[in-house]
Amino acid sequence: MSIFIDKSTRLIVQGITGRDGSFHTKQMIEYGTQVVGGVTPGKGGQKFEDKVPIFNTVAEAVKATRATATVIYVPPMFAADAMMEAADAGVRFIVCITEGVPVLDMTRVNPFITEKGARLLGPNCPGLISPGQSKVGIIPGRICTPGPVGLVSRSGTLTYEVVYQMTRSKIGQTTCVGIGGDPINGTNFIDCLDAFEKDPTTEAVVMIGEIGGTDEQEAARFVREKMKKPVVGFIAGQTAPPGRRMGHAGAIISGSAGTAAEKMQAFEENGVGVAKRPIDVVDLLKRAMR
Amino acid sequence: MNIHEYQAKEIFRKYGIPIPPGEVATTPEEAEAIARKFGTTVVIKAQVHAGGRGKAGGVKLAKSPADAKSIAEQILKLTIKGLPVQKVLVTPAADIASEAYVGIIVDRASKRPVFMASPAGGIDIEEVAAKTPDKILRRPVDPRYGLQLYQAMELAFFLYSDMKQVRAAAKILQQLYKAFFENGGSLAEINPLVTTPTGDVVALDAKMVIDDNELERRPDIAALRDESAEDPSEVEARKASLTFIKLDGNVGCIVNGAGLAMATMDLVKYYGGEPANFLDIGGSSNPEKVVAALRIITSDPNVKAILFNIFGGITRTDDVANGIVTAIKQNPLRVPLVIRLTGTNEEIAVKILKENGLSAMTDMDEAVKKAVALATGKAA
Repeated sequence: MSIFIDKSTRLIVQGITGRDGSFHTKQMIEYGTQVVGGVTPGKGGQKFEDKVPIFNTVAEAVKATRATATVIYVPPMFAADAMMEAADAGVRFIVCITEGVPVLDMTRVNPFITEKGARLLGPNCPGLISPGQSKVGIIPGRICTPGPVGLVSRSGTLTYEVVYQMTRSKIGQTTCVGIGGDPINGTNFIDCLDAFEKDPTTEAVVMIGEIGGTDEQEAARFVREKMKKPVVGFIAGQTAPPGRRMGHAGAIISGSAGTAAEKMQAFEENGVGVAKRPIDVVDLLKRAMR
Repeated sequence: MNIHEYQAKEIFRKYGIPIPPGEVATTPEEAEAIARKFGTTVVIKAQVHAGGRGKAGGVKLAKSPADAKSIAEQILKLTIKGLPVQKVLVTPAADIASEAYVGIIVDRASKRPVFMASPAGGIDIEEVAAKTPDKILRRPVDPRYGLQLYQAMELAFFLYSDMKQVRAAAKILQQLYKAFFENGGSLAEINPLVTTPTGDVVALDAKMVIDDNELERRPDIAALRDESAEDPSEVEARKASLTFIKLDGNVGCIVNGAGLAMATMDLVKYYGGEPANFLDIGGSSNPEKVVAALRIITSDPNVKAILFNIFGGITRTDDVANGIVTAIKQNPLRVPLVIRLTGTNEEIAVKILKENGLSAMTDMDEAVKKAVALATGKAA
């Protein structure tokens, strides 16, 4: 099994004819993802690669294809609209790859999507992959292999690095989820940890965080309070310098600077194994799953 | 994007927030002339993208035009947190009866803009937040409706008891929210918001940070960028669509992706080295980006070894290899180079490098160890 996507996921691609959208649609189809349609306003009626039907609107695409999920590759100034369009059309799982979405746009998109009962992953994320079943987004398929470990990460290429090292050490994955690094995003660490805890095939979880904010600290508390499965974690940015901060509001609001040290301490205090280097994730997993 | 205090004040003024007059000077003589024009005691304030200006000696009173000239001369010689002061704001000194803090920020936790107000404003507001958090009132704002009058009044009542001041402050708060929202802010702050002995409520300082992602659709705001107030290498990096932060170490790092870039710096430190920088070449890389990245890194005389760490996904490793080869042909390196790359088009990349007398590693830890050894002169 897996979380959020599996063999039955029926995917549409918003921005299917764009540079990134078309490239990654081919990769997803090659991996085995059921890409049932695409959306590019003005190109409705055409076909992508002579196979995948293109629609003018998400509503039309959903009606014709019974899509259950969408992945968004549109430019940043149109991303908020694309996410809202998908939620309004009844798509339940929305993955937004687009980088550079204005944060204030996300403050409006988030409540809208929640009210529509949809789940958002991203924006500014690599998407997710359930190895051997389906991939939605841009995570390279060949670095993954099916297995018992769930992975959730705020990063893109660092996720690839950790997955690659796991796969090299013959530790496969149920699902790898990149939640994205933007200050405001949809699905968070806790959503993924909760889903992995409930997924019967996931035996252990890897959590990869970064400096900034308090999400990792809250996730660590969730692990102690709500999870039975072992969780190991890595935090990037242990050597990051304190920024030339302008205002005071950031520190006032969170009561925390969100340093790597703070986050690693929260991991330790809540029983999350702390990897000092990405490669240490492998040994921690081996020990946890023995 | 950071903007200067005087620029933030201009924006706030447009929204009707009461702010004392002020003018910018770049020379002591200009400061003197402005002070003479105001004909009163003035405050000279360094315009620099760093906090803690007052504590660094960048904010001072001048009682006469001559005084203003000599103080401006001192301040214009200052470097605050590594940034040289090139402009000062000259503004008439105000009589202050009380100092409050008001600010707004996009809060990750509640996923909304959150307003904050404290009657204990001034330079030690962070200490107030840490020691007496009950002196700060936080109120989330639904961005679909904006800051409502009743919310602004609640915040204003937390600051003042005089009804005239409460109403004045509520209006300022609503206008501050509008200025923040309509200009794509990630932060807007007035510290201090003061009352004068005559009972007026006035903004003596202004801070605003703009979300970089907003600039594409707000050319007027983008035009406020002051490149002379930024680190030159960071300006060059931004123009090449790279993210670069200079540090003090000697291992130059060129990486794709922010998370991997930070993890690479962490590993450099883990193996006993010091990173010279954070540099993320981003996703869709092209060879020109790599050329620009190498130019920026090699212009730092502290760099004793350069480490590439590329995990190809969207980034094609052959693009990176081509960039490295082009850059070295243009400008032969004077320091050793360690290349780690794996992922998309790895075989092509390795071939390109080999044909040009370079080699690549596939293991991140081994590559970092080698770069650290070369930088510290401990390589065999």
